[in-house]
Amino acid sequence: MTAEQVWAALDEIPDPEIPVISLVDLGIIRSVDVSNDHVQVELTPTFLGCPALETMVRAIEEKVPEARVEVVNDDSWSTDKITAAGREKLRAAGFAPPAPRLIQLQSQVHKCPYCGSTDTTLENLFGPTPCRSLRYCNGCRQPFEQFKTI
Amino acid sequence: MNELLLGLADDELVIGWRDSEWTGIAPVLEEDVAFSSIAQNEIGHARAVYQLLADDADVLAFDRSPEAYRCAPLVELRLLDWAHTIARRWLYEVADEIRITALMEDVPLAAKINREEAYHRMHAEMWHDRLRDEQRFREAVQELWPYALGVVESDQRAELSARVGLDEVAPVERGAHTDELAELWEEMTMVRRSAPAGAQW
Repeated sequence: MTAEQVWAALDEIPDPEIPVISLVDLGIIRSVDVSNDHVQVELTPTFLGCPALETMVRAIEEKVPEARVEVVNDDSWSTDKITAAGREKLRAAGFAPPAPRLIQLQSQVHKCPYCGSTDTTLENLFGPTPCRSLRYCNGCRQPFEQFKTI
Repeated sequence: MNELLLGLADDELVIGWRDSEWTGIAPVLEEDVAFSSIAQNEIGHARAVYQLLADDADVLAFDRSPEAYRCAPLVELRLLDWAHTIARRWLYEVADEIRITALMEDVPLAAKINREEAYHRMHAEMWHDRLRDEQRFREAVQELWPYALGVVESDQRAELSARVGLDEVAPVERGAHTDELAELWEEMTMVRRSAPAGAQW
């Protein structure tokens, strides 16, 4: 198995809580190392309290049975690691993608994933999972979920 | 360093447990969601820090006697009233930021935890802005202030005092425990203690 094949296989595994994007889109696969017959996959969790972590590790082991998965709890993941394709998939599913971190922290602008209006208000910093906030769009009068920028 | 990290992890586990006590009974639905989500994050932080210190996080989380925990008494208190609950969350987050940012250079995990804590701080600040002029809230902050000082190291107390806007007083230090920890421990470790050896979850 080549590293490219492993990446392609991982790109077919949906995020357990937001199945429109894959683990690769989410940017949590830190590295894939293939040498001899060994496949090593390093994975960084998104939020530390996310209960989907074990499910993700199991999903990788099922998809790539040769893989040894190591969870790395360092500071290498931020929402900036979500790929451009991943952001677009989130938006299309009605899920406002996180803005690039520096821009978000300066602008504090949040765009509605449905109509694109920036006239939105915070309903709750916390939502159904650790990574989401709840907002409301005054433009199209829709509530929507916002992926937190971290 | 390990002692500091164990204190951090125990604080996060116990405050996470206390936060979770609002699940289902918070005054408004938004706070029900907020406290549940914050609790989940805090317990996640505890687990990650325990994993730096031991192979099995559960051994540190549940297999010690209550006296062996290194948490600060602030997080142990059972606070059934909202003014005290918010006062504790706010004081804890201000203290926690000082403590976590001081660790970030040496412990990469602390920097990761800090990204998530930013949202806990926003939540605490929103409530603080709303309640700061209410007498009940101010009294709760005063009452808990000596406990908040016990969350940080002695050389961080001047900064905490400046941030909170109260003069330094004698702190309620970590080391000794309130009676409420033993009670919480009974509840928190009940499943673990009653599970047969080798049980898998």
